[in-house]
Amino acid sequence: MSLKQRLEELKDQGLQDIQAADNQQKLNDIRVKLLGKKGPITEVLRGLKDLSNEERPQVGSFANKIKGDLSSAIDDQLKVLDQKTLQRRLAHETIDVTLPGRPAPVGTPHILNQTIDDLEELFIGLGYEVIDGPEVETDHYNFEMMNIPRNHPARDMQDTFYITHDLLMRTHTSPNQARSLEKHDFSKGPLKMISPGRVYRRDNDDATHSHQFNQLEGLVIDKHVTMADLKGTLEVVARHVFGEEREIRLRPSYFPFTEPSIEVDISCFACGGKGCRVCKYTGWIEVLGAGMVHPNVLSRAGVDPQVYGGFAFGLGPDRFAMLKYGVNDIREFYQNDLRFLHQFQREVK
Amino acid sequence: MKISYQWLSQFVDLKQIEPQKLADQVSVTGIEVASVIAPDAGLKKIVVGHILATRPHPNSDHLTLCQVDIGAEEPVQIVCGAPNVAADQYVIVALPGSRIANNEKIKRGKMRGEASEGMICALQEIGFSDSVVPKEYLHGIYVFPEAKPVGQPVFSFLGMDDRLLDFDITPNRADTLGMHGAAYEVGAMIHEKPRFPEVNLNESGAKSSDLIKVSVAEPELVPQYLLKVVENITIKPSPLWLQIRLWNNGIRPINNVVDVTNYVMLEYGQPLHAYDYDQLSSKQIGVRLAQADEPFVTLDGEEWHLRPSDLVITDGAKPVGVAGVMGGLNSEVTDQTQTVVLEAAVFDPTSIRKTAQWTNLHTEASTRFEKGINAADVETALRRASQLLADLAGGQVCEGIAIGNQQVRQPLQVQLDPARVNHVLGTQISRQEMLAILQDLQFDYQDQADKILVTVPLRRWDISIEADLIEEIARLYGYDKLPSTLPTGIQTKGSFNRRQQLIRTVRKNLLAHGLDEVISYSLLTEPQAVAFTHTPKPAIKLAWPMTQDHAYLRQNLISGLLLDLQYNLAHQQNDVAIFEQGNVFQTVDNQNQPKEVPMVAALWSGQVKPTSWLTKTRQYDFYDAKGEVVNLLTVLGVADQVQFVADDTIAQLHPGRTAKIILADQVIGFVGEIHPNEQQALALPVTYVMQLDLLAILNTELPTIVSESAAKYPAVERDVALILDQNISNAQVVALVKENGGKYLTDVSIFDVFAGEKIGHHKRSLAYRLHFQDPAATLQDEQINKVMLKVTSALTENLKAQVR
Repeated sequence: MSLKQRLEELKDQGLQDIQAADNQQKLNDIRVKLLGKKGPITEVLRGLKDLSNEERPQVGSFANKIKGDLSSAIDDQLKVLDQKTLQRRLAHETIDVTLPGRPAPVGTPHILNQTIDDLEELFIGLGYEVIDGPEVETDHYNFEMMNIPRNHPARDMQDTFYITHDLLMRTHTSPNQARSLEKHDFSKGPLKMISPGRVYRRDNDDATHSHQFNQLEGLVIDKHVTMADLKGTLEVVARHVFGEEREIRLRPSYFPFTEPSIEVDISCFACGGKGCRVCKYTGWIEVLGAGMVHPNVLSRAGVDPQVYGGFAFGLGPDRFAMLKYGVNDIREFYQNDLRFLHQFQREVK
Repeated sequence: MKISYQWLSQFVDLKQIEPQKLADQVSVTGIEVASVIAPDAGLKKIVVGHILATRPHPNSDHLTLCQVDIGAEEPVQIVCGAPNVAADQYVIVALPGSRIANNEKIKRGKMRGEASEGMICALQEIGFSDSVVPKEYLHGIYVFPEAKPVGQPVFSFLGMDDRLLDFDITPNRADTLGMHGAAYEVGAMIHEKPRFPEVNLNESGAKSSDLIKVSVAEPELVPQYLLKVVENITIKPSPLWLQIRLWNNGIRPINNVVDVTNYVMLEYGQPLHAYDYDQLSSKQIGVRLAQADEPFVTLDGEEWHLRPSDLVITDGAKPVGVAGVMGGLNSEVTDQTQTVVLEAAVFDPTSIRKTAQWTNLHTEASTRFEKGINAADVETALRRASQLLADLAGGQVCEGIAIGNQQVRQPLQVQLDPARVNHVLGTQISRQEMLAILQDLQFDYQDQADKILVTVPLRRWDISIEADLIEEIARLYGYDKLPSTLPTGIQTKGSFNRRQQLIRTVRKNLLAHGLDEVISYSLLTEPQAVAFTHTPKPAIKLAWPMTQDHAYLRQNLISGLLLDLQYNLAHQQNDVAIFEQGNVFQTVDNQNQPKEVPMVAALWSGQVKPTSWLTKTRQYDFYDAKGEVVNLLTVLGVADQVQFVADDTIAQLHPGRTAKIILADQVIGFVGEIHPNEQQALALPVTYVMQLDLLAILNTELPTIVSESAAKYPAVERDVALILDQNISNAQVVALVKENGGKYLTDVSIFDVFAGEKIGHHKRSLAYRLHFQDPAATLQDEQINKVMLKVTSALTENLKAQVR
């Protein structure tokens, strides 16, 4: 048998063994056995010295080729085996991805605060500052400065929790109008503020009344602020809160601290104005009160009504939230049943 | 007031505008119309019947069989149970198949064996309220005062086909509490001039001022006080047309005299009162303030002890009426009255308001006197009432007027600057348009060079300054025509101040950690209000609370959170982690207003949330609460300056499981477990709470952040485990370690706490990891060993620690 034939035989046998190897260890053994220093190919190569000068290079290169072929066959088979191992591992590691994830804690902001936060951010974008004021107010700021003297019939509109003759739970956020007017330096530009907060009325709590609720006051005073500016501003608010398609309607009303005074209706967001249960079949929903600041309010706070003027509005976050989310009982806001609160977990409305 | 469409159309041409459409227009230009009432709504097949004959029901002692002409070929038989049914009456018949009040259907039927073709009705049965039905028909069927066409629907004969516009007035527009005022308002809106009939009086005989002497002791409080005497009257029911006007406005017809005073009040908005002249023994009328505790019985039979602030009408000696509020039983007009003294007056609104409030007598009269009276029409209304008494009661009107006081102020003149109107409204309304609106309002004016001088009629006492006139122009021009713009002018910066930012940070962090935000009531019971505070102040109490549950201002937020917890526990919500941010109220010496301190408080109860199939469930504990506090303090930048000190001074908290939180020697809050006694009293499970004073944190100055590069040299960690007496606190150990740890010690963290038999009674093992870092070099083992030796020997010496 020639060396060449012997090599052919080794190759065939080797390839067979490689194909048959079913794990990496066996394949390694084959590599050592076939291609190692004591392996048959090395043995063959040792016999080269007995060959003629002509044959030696031929057989030599043939032997190297076979060595190479076997080596790459081993590599290929190794890849196949690695792949199989990986497949087995992946199958083994498979989990039920439909099981729930490990929950991250998430708290829900109170819906009234979400409503207030949203309005605050809207007005900050419009260049308003946010003003805080005391919840326990003096009669002076709550009423007198707002053009509501003692025994004024308008005091009937707001049943008041008095603490002493002069001290009370504020019935509205309007006293912060007077407080900011007194403080503001008009030489530095217009006064544009909102003031949200808790207010109190002497009411029995029921589905539509709460002795504690929230208000958000707005006030803009400058040398030339018009009622048209008020209308435009309120349109921005109505559309921001209740949807871009909302129209607003102004109706005459009365507040001692504004003249002219208006109530503001929005076109019903439930029916678009055609009339439904939400708007009591009128197509309109009353949402807030507003007006041009009464000259007496300005002059009492030391601002000259001949030079300065502007608008004020007051809206109810409780009412806004009730309307927008169909809350039928105002007490739900203050009972804090977690099931109620969690309905507003989605903060992107 | 309910404005009758039919009555209104006698004063102003309504141009056939549908009542609902008119109401909508009035709402948008002037006064909110709450609803348009149709008294005949839902009623049908109710007609006039003429009872031809009656006979007793053979099987009943109270039913009557009536033969009734209902305009059909034959009379029908109707069984009637009313005691006042009689032959020849014209009555209200509900035919078979009709609908009466409350959507009730009437069927043909038999009553105790006798056929009944419908029902003869009382007014209540066709929708009248008990309070307006004339007394004689209150407990029986209604009988028309005169013949009506049989078989015709009854609605037009009873004023039920009228439409009533319910004017929901604001306090400034009491001028529309009379038909004339309403006519001016509607007329201005639809560009129609209202027309009112003239009052023509035939006066004869004695002078009013001779028959009655009048004196007003308080002319300041009674700017007008006028009396007129009408003699020889015959008391009887008013004609039906007048009764209709009253009952459609919620007023019960009584007799012609009382009805006339009420009718003229509805016409002019001027309350009137009629006294029985013969009951006034001294033939005098006086107006004065009451004496303290002066006794008086009003005509509703109620007995009063008057106050010195009440104005009273007297017969010269004793009171015969509470001025502007209610007359007295002792001078009431009765069936026997022959001569009446009519009173028309203007009383001080504040005085009337005070009396009406304390007596809780909010009458049609007091409401109008409180809100204002048209000073120009006082005398006219008095004359109008006299005229009606002549017409309807056969009265003889005595000459002239007995005047107690008659100060009628001049109408105000107010300048209107057309440029100012447009400046305020942001409009371009022409001067001509403005003048047209003033004409529609029936205001006199002089069109001067640059301004318009407007004379405001006395009937519009709500108008006194230019801004009031601007409102009149604006509303009648139409708010729908205002442009929509945004304020221009110098740019202003909108931003949250530091306090608002801090509060937002606090809320945001607690929310991110899974606490739900709540809003509780600020008004609580006294024990709730003053609990959970290191510095209880005198409780601030409402003068007139609505309920005892909400009578005191809170000095802590925890009581509210506990109420929220109780509510949730009652509704099977047992795992609760909530917080509230809000103010507490603290009295301050020598200061009127209490201090309002922004606080945040949180509460944990039940199982740690969120629960999942991956995590072992456990109950909230003290360290959940404390961890949250430390987290907050870290975000707020004061964690390093804060100490937690064991505290047993708050009665509602567990004395062994509470820490007060100290920042710069000031207690700024606490964290702890609700006291077992408190838990038991409120039926709560184990519950943890914390509260922090945000104002104290806000007032803490924070250093500017100056960044350093992260250290490039390796850090070194060394662990040390100690066995200590149980009463040695972690804080003591950490303090000592820090004191002795040298300048490269960057952190000390505890990683194990263990107590058990192995260690011994009253002992525990604490294990700490010390972190060292030299920012400028690699730390050498010898350096650290030296420090560690110093630390351990300090622990051994000072705390008797045993190093394991």
